Amino acid sequence: MTPDVATIEKEKQQNTNGARPEGAQSGETKELTGAEIFVRTLEDVGVDTVFGYPGGAVLPIYDHLYQKSGFTHYLIRHEQGGTHAADGYARATGKPGVVLVTSGPGGTNTVTGIATANMDSVPMVVFTGQVPSGMIGNDAFQEADIIGITRPITKHSYLVKDVNELETVIHEAFHIANSGRPGPVVVDLPKDMVKTTGTYRGSGKVKIPGYKPVTRGHHSQIAKAAKMLSEAERPLIYAGGGVNLGDAASELTELVEKTNIPITTTLMGLGGFPETRSQSLGMLGMHGTWYANMAITECDVLLAVGARFDDRVTGRLDGFSQKSKKIHIDIDPSCISKNVEVEVPIVGNVKEVLPELTRMADAPQIDNWWSTINQWKEEHPLKVPYSEDEITPQYMIEKISEVTRGEALMVADVGQHQMWLAQHYKFNHPRSMLSSGGLGTMGYGFPAAMGAAIGKPDRTVFCVTGDGGFQMTAFELATAVQYKVPVKVAILNNGWLGMVRQWQELFYEERYAHTHLESSNPDFVKLAESYGAAGFRAKTPAEMEEVLEKAMEINDRPVIMDFHVTKDENCYPMVPAGAALDEMVEGEE
Amino acid sequence: MEQTAVETSTKKHTISVYVKNNFNALSRIVGLFSGRGFDIDSISFGQGQEPGMARITITTHGDEQIIEQITKQLHKVVDVLKVQDLTYDAFVERELALIKVNAPKASRSEIMQIVNVFRAKIIDISPESMTVEATGSQDKVNAALGMLKQFGIVEVARTGSVALKREFHGQT
Ligand SMILES: Cc1ncc(C[n+]2csc(CCOP(=O)(O)OP(=O)(O)O)c2C)c(N)n1
Repeated sequence: MTPDVATIEKEKQQNTNGARPEGAQSGETKELTGAEIFVRTLEDVGVDTVFGYPGGAVLPIYDHLYQKSGFTHYLIRHEQGGTHAADGYARATGKPGVVLVTSGPGGTNTVTGIATANMDSVPMVVFTGQVPSGMIGNDAFQEADIIGITRPITKHSYLVKDVNELETVIHEAFHIANSGRPGPVVVDLPKDMVKTTGTYRGSGKVKIPGYKPVTRGHHSQIAKAAKMLSEAERPLIYAGGGVNLGDAASELTELVEKTNIPITTTLMGLGGFPETRSQSLGMLGMHGTWYANMAITECDVLLAVGARFDDRVTGRLDGFSQKSKKIHIDIDPSCISKNVEVEVPIVGNVKEVLPELTRMADAPQIDNWWSTINQWKEEHPLKVPYSEDEITPQYMIEKISEVTRGEALMVADVGQHQMWLAQHYKFNHPRSMLSSGGLGTMGYGFPAAMGAAIGKPDRTVFCVTGDGGFQMTAFELATAVQYKVPVKVAILNNGWLGMVRQWQELFYEERYAHTHLESSNPDFVKLAESYGAAGFRAKTPAEMEEVLEKAMEINDRPVIMDFHVTKDENCYPMVPAGAALDEMVEGEE
Repeated sequence: MEQTAVETSTKKHTISVYVKNNFNALSRIVGLFSGRGFDIDSISFGQGQEPGMARITITTHGDEQIIEQITKQLHKVVDVLKVQDLTYDAFVERELALIKVNAPKASRSEIMQIVNVFRAKIIDISPESMTVEATGSQDKVNAALGMLKQFGIVEVARTGSVALKREFHGQT
C-alpha cells in the first residue's frame, strides 16, 4: 500500500464522525403508507423545498401532497429545469437540493442536471418514480434503468426494495449527499413501495459502515505547509470551489490577512475571497487575468485550497507552475496528485484545516514579489472597451456590478458571458457566483438562478446568460412567473453562439458553421411578456442603464433584459487549448 | 497528451476489496474502471465472511499514479469497507480453471500424468473427453493449459484470481 493510501485508511477509521442528519427522534412507531413515510421523513430531514413534476409512478406521493406537507413543492416545467433549480438552491443555501420526478422520461430528463451537480460537488437528492417492483425488467410502460443510467454521475444510489427500509434510505441519502465531498444521490422508488404500508419509526440514525469522510487534516502535514509558506519568496494561494462549498471564506480571508500572500481563485472559487481587497488577483486559467496566470507560473510555493487542478485552470500540464513546490488541501483524497504531483498533501475539510494553518504560518518576506505582481497588474489590466452607440459585453458586466454594488447573487450560464461575468464582476461574498464549472452546461443559468432566488428570497438574484443558452431552458419562465420569483435575467445577445464563434474565428479560419442565431432568435421581450414576465430591450449603454434601473424595481416576477451587444467581441485574455498559462493571448490590438 | 515511456513502469497489481453485497456495488466498481479508462485483467466476486458482504479481487496493471488513483477511487465507493493493494505485502493468490480436453483412450494415461504433475484433478470423464480442474497461480494454470493443448482443448472456464494477505512470514 502506498503511504498515502495507508494514511487515508487510518484516518477513515479515526474519523468516526457521529454526524447524522437532523431528524425527529420521537421514537414513535407507526404503520403508514410509503407515500406518507416519504413525506414525513423529508420533513424530519429538514427539507422545506422540493422541485418536482408528477407522473403515474409517483402519483401516490402527489396524492398525499394534495392533503398536506411541511415543505413547498415547486412545479417545474421540465425535469432538467428541476435538477438545475435544485442545484442553484443548494449552491446558494448550502442545503441539499431535492427533486421528485416520475419514472422513465421523468428520470432520464434529470440526467444533465445530475451530471452538472456531480461535476461541481453539489449536494442533491433526486427521487425518481419506478414501475412496480414486480414489473422491473419487463420493459414495462415508462420503465428506465435510472440507477444504471445515473450510476457514473452520482455519488451513490438506492433502489428501495422494502417499504420498511424507505425511512432509513432517505436519511442515508441526505447524509451521503451532504457530507464529505458533497454530490448527488438518486433514490429510485418503485410504485408499490409508496403505495403499500410499512413501519415509520421517526428515528434518524445513520450508520453506513464503509462511509466515514475524513475531515481533520494531518497535523504534521499542516505544520510542514505552514513552514513552507512562511519561508517562501514568491508564494501564491489558488482557491477553488471547495472554499464556497465548505463555507470557509472567512477562514481563507484570515490566512491571507495574516500572511499577505497573493490569492487567485478558480471560476468555482469566486467570492471565496473578497475581490475588492488588495491581495486578490482575480480568476486564473483559460480566461484568467494576465497577472494571475503569470503569478502561478512564477511562484515558488503554491497552496491549492479546495481546488482540483482542472485542465481549464492548468493549461498545458508540463508548463504549469514548474517552479513551485505544491501544497494541496482537499476533502477528496482522489483529487490529490491526480493531475499535478504535490509535495504536501493535506486530506481534510478546508474549514477545519485553514485555521490550523493560519495559526502556524508566519507572514513571509515578499515585498519584491508584490512589486513584481503590482507591475504586472499595472501593465496588463483587464480591458473594458467602451462605445456610446454600442453596449460592449465587458461594460455591461461592469454596469451590473455597479448597480448591484457587488452584492447580488450572480448566476452564469455557459459561454463568453460567463467568462466576462467572472472577470468583470467584483465578487465579495461566498456562494454569490453560481456557475456550471465542471460540466459547462448551457441552459444551467436560468433555472439555477430561479432555485437560488427561491432559497435566498432576501437577495437580488441575477442570471447572466447568452441568446443561445437562455433558449435551452427558457420554458422555466412559466415556473418563475407562477411562483413570483424575481430573477433578473440579463441576456448578452450577440446573435451568435459566441464562445464557439470565437473558437471558429481563432482556430478554424473563420468558418462559422452553425453558430449564427440572429436570424432565428425570438423577440425576447415578447417571449417574456407572453409568460407574464417583464421584458425590456436595450441597444446603447444609456438604454441599458435605464433598463437596469427599471429591473431593480421589479420584485414580483422575473425580468428579461435583452441586451444587444457588440456582435463579434472576443473574450481575452485567453490561453489557447493545449498552451501553457504564460502563453496567453491578450487581445486583438 | 503525448504518451511517453509509461509502459516501462507498468506493474501488475492485485487489489482486494471488501464490499457490501448489493447489485449496485459491483456495477459501481466495474463502472469506475470503464469510466476512467483503467484496465481490469481479471475480477472475481464472491460472498464474504459476514452475511451480506462480498470480497472482490481485481488484478490490474498501471504505473504508480494510476494504481494510486484506482485505490483512492475504490475507497470513495460508499459500499466499500476496505481496500487492500496486496502487491506491497506477501499474499496468497489462486486461480481456478476447468479444462475440457480431447481424451480418446490412447492419450488418457499421458493426460493423467500431466494432471498429476500439476497437482490438478480429473473431475469428469466421457468416452471422448476429460475435464480437468487446475488451481494455482496464474502461471501454473497457464502452464497446465499449455501442456494439455497438444491433445486439443475443447473448452476452458477460468476464474479470476482470488487473493488474501499472507499472515505467517516464517521465523526471522
Ligand atoms: C448543453 C451544451 N451544448 C453545447 C455546449 C458548447 N458551447 C459552449 S459555449 C457555447 C455557445 C454559447 O452561446 P451563448 O449562449 O449565445 O453565449 P455567448 O457565448 O454568446 O455568451 C456552446 C454551444 C455547451 N457548453 N453545453
